[in-house]
Amino acid sequence: MAAQVRVLRQRIRSAKSMKKITKAMELVATSRIAKAQARVQASLPYAQAITGVLTALASNARIDHPLLTPRERVRRAGVVVVTSDRGLAGGYSSNAIRTAESLIARLKADGKEPVLYVIGRKGVTFYRFRNRQIEANWTGFSEQPTFADARAVGETLIKAFTAGADDVDGGAGADGVLGIDELHIVYTEFHSLMTQTPVAKIIGPMQVEDRPKSEGLLPAYEFEPEAEALLDALLPRYINTRIYAALIESAASESASRRRAMKSATDNAEEMIEKYTREMNSARQAGITQEISEIVGGANALAASGSEV
Amino acid sequence: MAKQLHVELVAVEEKVWSGEAEMVVARTTEGELGVLPGHAPLLGQLAEPGQVRIKLAGGEQLTYDVDGGFLSVTGEGVTVLAESATPATAAANR
Repeated sequence: MAAQVRVLRQRIRSAKSMKKITKAMELVATSRIAKAQARVQASLPYAQAITGVLTALASNARIDHPLLTPRERVRRAGVVVVTSDRGLAGGYSSNAIRTAESLIARLKADGKEPVLYVIGRKGVTFYRFRNRQIEANWTGFSEQPTFADARAVGETLIKAFTAGADDVDGGAGADGVLGIDELHIVYTEFHSLMTQTPVAKIIGPMQVEDRPKSEGLLPAYEFEPEAEALLDALLPRYINTRIYAALIESAASESASRRRAMKSATDNAEEMIEKYTREMNSARQAGITQEISEIVGGANALAASGSEV
Repeated sequence: MAKQLHVELVAVEEKVWSGEAEMVVARTTEGELGVLPGHAPLLGQLAEPGQVRIKLAGGEQLTYDVDGGFLSVTGEGVTVLAESATPATAAANR
């Protein structure tokens, strides 16, 4: 009896310390969501401004920039997967990877060779374990990405995209570097604290939307330098901005996902503590009852035999 | 009181400054230029490393070190897009 009580007490202790940890992680994740959302908000003015500038530029300049023209033959398609660095975030990373896998399957069915770019330690582990080739990976900033991180990713991708321009069937082209002809990104969209959905989007080549004519005359812009040179300078930055936006939104989703996972872990720990406490109490009570009945039984036996205690 | 110019200085990670000013001075790859209210629409790439000076109504002047910047002048105002923008040191402000 006493042994059972001791075991239960030990279990309660470990459930309690687990609860402390998950509770702390939940609180940290909660504050991170708010921070990440603030950063998403803070990045909006720039995103709007650069989109406006690009639209103005695209309607004034000849659009035959390599980043804007779809390739005739797409041989290799780059896939960027944004996952988390740490676990304990529920299904966050595995959902993103699953979306990436279905995109890769689709690309393969179209006769394109997928090229993997992975952000986040979890994704790297997933693909390494399966012996899949990763073209490049970046880790260590999934929870708090900065624009410098996004730029590092963007530069690699743009380089690969540019290198893909002269590739021929079955090998690299004149520059001897195998590049990519298409660029997809898989990240997790943040809808609310409860819903985050992984999405796959194409970011290269970019599509220029024709402006509806009803908006009237566009202002005749002066360009310094020439419009084509400006486009050259702006487009890579625009891609970096898109990647940055994907990274911060994923960071918000990761924290939200982690908060939810940790909240249910905390709730479960509480439930366990309650259950074990009840079991322990009844075990203790059973022990006491048994002891009393043993004493009473013993006393009765003595009284029956007529001897004084 | 002369017409004012609505200026927005936005970096990728945040909006750095926005408000009314009398004039914006920046250096594009083609050369230095000052933007006064009523300037024709213009798109420019700023020289690296660049400085943007915003002259306020009271004669005050704000100076920012701008990295990877673009300047967009429209009918509504001036927008400076930058990868990063930090206030220049006090010494450079004079």
